[in-house]
Amino acid sequence: MHWPRFRSVVRFLGPAGGTLEPAITSTFFNQQLETGAAGAESCFHCGQPVPAGRRLTARIDGADRPMCCPGCQAVAEAIVGSGHDNFYRVRSGHTPGVERRDTGDVAVYDLPEIQRRFVHVLADETREVSLILEGISCAACIWLIEKHLGELPGVVDLQVNYATQHALLRWNDRQTRLSEILREIEAIGYRAMPCNAELQQAAHRRERRSLLRRLAVAGLFGMQVMMLSISLYAGAWTGIEREFEQFFRWLGLCLTLPVVLYSAAPFFTAAWRDLRQRRIAMDLPVSIAIGAAFAGSLLATWRGGGEVYFDSVVMFVFFLTASRYFESVARHRSAVSIERLVQSLPMVANRLTANGDVEEAVPAVALAVGDRVLVRPGETVPADATILEGSSAIDESLLSGESMPVEKSPGERLFGGSVNRSNPLRVSVTAVGADTVIAEIQRSVERALADKPPLARLADRVAARFVGIVLATVAGVAVYWWLWQPGRWFETALAVLIVSCPCALSLATPTAISATLGRMQALGMLVKRAMALETAQRITHVVFDKTGTLTRGEPLLERIECAPGCEREACLRLAAGLERHSQHPLARSLVRAAGTSGKPALRPESVSGGGLRAHIDGREYFIGSSDFIATATAAKIPRQWLDEIAHEAVSAVFLATAEMPMAMFVFSDELRAEARSVVAALRERGLEVLLMTGDRDAAAAKAARLCGIDDYRAGLAPGDKMAAVQAMQGRGARVMMIGDGINDAPVLACADVSVAMGGATALARGSADIVLMSSRLEAVTRIFEIAARTRRIVRQNLVWALVYNFGAIPAAALGLVAPWLAALGMSVSSLVVVLNASRLAR
Amino acid sequence: MEIIYLLIPISLVLLGGILWLLLWAVRDGQFDDLEGPAHRILMDEDKIVNSEKEQPR
Repeated sequence: MHWPRFRSVVRFLGPAGGTLEPAITSTFFNQQLETGAAGAESCFHCGQPVPAGRRLTARIDGADRPMCCPGCQAVAEAIVGSGHDNFYRVRSGHTPGVERRDTGDVAVYDLPEIQRRFVHVLADETREVSLILEGISCAACIWLIEKHLGELPGVVDLQVNYATQHALLRWNDRQTRLSEILREIEAIGYRAMPCNAELQQAAHRRERRSLLRRLAVAGLFGMQVMMLSISLYAGAWTGIEREFEQFFRWLGLCLTLPVVLYSAAPFFTAAWRDLRQRRIAMDLPVSIAIGAAFAGSLLATWRGGGEVYFDSVVMFVFFLTASRYFESVARHRSAVSIERLVQSLPMVANRLTANGDVEEAVPAVALAVGDRVLVRPGETVPADATILEGSSAIDESLLSGESMPVEKSPGERLFGGSVNRSNPLRVSVTAVGADTVIAEIQRSVERALADKPPLARLADRVAARFVGIVLATVAGVAVYWWLWQPGRWFETALAVLIVSCPCALSLATPTAISATLGRMQALGMLVKRAMALETAQRITHVVFDKTGTLTRGEPLLERIECAPGCEREACLRLAAGLERHSQHPLARSLVRAAGTSGKPALRPESVSGGGLRAHIDGREYFIGSSDFIATATAAKIPRQWLDEIAHEAVSAVFLATAEMPMAMFVFSDELRAEARSVVAALRERGLEVLLMTGDRDAAAAKAARLCGIDDYRAGLAPGDKMAAVQAMQGRGARVMMIGDGINDAPVLACADVSVAMGGATALARGSADIVLMSSRLEAVTRIFEIAARTRRIVRQNLVWALVYNFGAIPAAALGLVAPWLAALGMSVSSLVVVLNASRLAR
Repeated sequence: MEIIYLLIPISLVLLGGILWLLLWAVRDGQFDDLEGPAHRILMDEDKIVNSEKEQPR
């Protein structure tokens, strides 16, 4: 199945026709969607609204600028500190903060096993690597990266390509390490990952350059041929000496020759390849038209009589080559962004040797069942395993959607991909690679993706029929004219061939969609399957995941309740001082809330069961879950507090001395500010909005109530979500799913349209049709608006193209259209379609 | 009119020159990144001016 002329359509419609799916280069937000921030202060660095009550600033350009988060503050300070504050003056728009994902430690890239996959050794110590950059929004970003890194010792050379957002880095391995350079890039707010896409890149570059050369030849020689043709037309009008007429014709022949032999060569080879495989595609009539027009003109020139059509030939070849060039550029951009999506950090594991002590870092893929591995706090579990020693809080949110860590002790199972939050663990690997739970989820994602209906094949069938009809019509017209008016059969048949070239028809959909993709790119939406834009029209139900989608996915300190006699600020300072020693998400949130006001704690001791004890100012304090306080201290937590948290379905941490409770810190997973308005807007469009989560029922009910969603389902495993969506689809619903975790990946894959948040896991982003790089929910309503607009333009284009083709073919068959006029009409109709589509890009 | 026998060869020589230039530019990678260089040249200039003015070291 290969229809080269229609390849564009197939690619733009979906996965059936080609290996590459369309998408666009990922860039992030500028200010376009910052509408929600009316009145609120916005971050000087990234432009996001500053959360109420936050007072972070950075000194830029002699003034204290507001910052939305410590991340942006650190980045701004790093930029100013290295003397590059000029960046803030020359950038266009805000610098989108790179969505802060848990990427793990880039030190992995210093391992020789990992480097072998990415790095070229040029000389003794000079190494070269190709990097994918994330977070680039304008040219100032590139300036900043090149300047900042260029000043590092050991960096030999760094070149950033703005169009592809790749960088080529050369460094001296003795003076610096790759991981240090990567950290420096992160320090100024971008993210870089090594990639080994050079082969693919080189192939793209070759293709683009070859098309550009063909285009240049067709254009330059075409201009000369046009000039000669005008002389010939003028000569036919006013009279021309025979000698000059023949000279112009021979010259036209010579100048058309390179265009036909070089610029048009791909059409001939494609047509020949199709013929040998007994297929018909648009390249065939195109080749026949070019070949016949040229051969006929050659004959006329040789005999010194009859019409020549060199002008039609060059114009035809030029426009067709131009449209292929632009298509290739768009495709190249898609490839780059897809490559970016599938990149994730290779996992590394600390393997313990047989005697159990000395550890060595190895790539996770090199692990075998039975290996003993050390998992430190903050690290990701590299494979499915059983705990041998130690107990810790394990964050399984990626797999289960449950937002709070689970306490695990020796003998219990760990899943690869979950994160160790509190204590070091020694584990024994039980499953690796394809046998792990995460690989199982991945397989179900692939199955679901393969089951998506292949609507794209429609374009193939249409193309085949169309070409058949065109060739039959041309033959009929030729025979008819040959019988009735032998002198004009060639000219007329040629005009029909040229006029019927469905350039406008085949450009109608892809140009509109690629313009839309460009627009969505500017809005921070990365579209991986353009098909999703068409399907979005027919969506009836919108399903949201909770954690990380409707909510921010990180707990926020909501309020503090103090025991009688305790002071709020003092409790917070004590708690922050203690929790500084913990990796638990609640602890980190507490520390963030306290800012710099935490008191230093001595002799911290993390206790299994979700708690920590330490000394401050000579007294021992305890902080942790209610169970921990109950077992570790004599303090009695007020009944009223426990009722409160049970009732509100919130998480809480308790602070106590050995004898009495002091305070309760209540956390909630903060709802995204725009969640409620987005749900309302979707309902206004007549869509059913649902919430599906793996989280507890009470938490789901609360989130649903706050967002204004009536229908929610809680406690769903990844398979359950998928089954629920498929059941809805079985009842005729068209479902859009919005999620972020690995547990959402299967349901994303089976939904009619799937949207992943920018901070989503690689697997979720991989199985989604659209990725919201900005992680702002307003984009969801934007998708519907944009899809409706795109559909309108596509319709206009199709109607125009059909009117042109079906109007022009009969006129040409009647002999009313000269070949040059046919070539002009073909070009103008295509141009109209392209210009109409380009309205979408604004 | 015989002058065209001179003018047309001249225009063809020019055509050859232009074509060679264009193909050279393509081969040289000048069409690989059409957006970045336009901005970059402005940046570099700003950098020199400001780094002298604002960072006494």
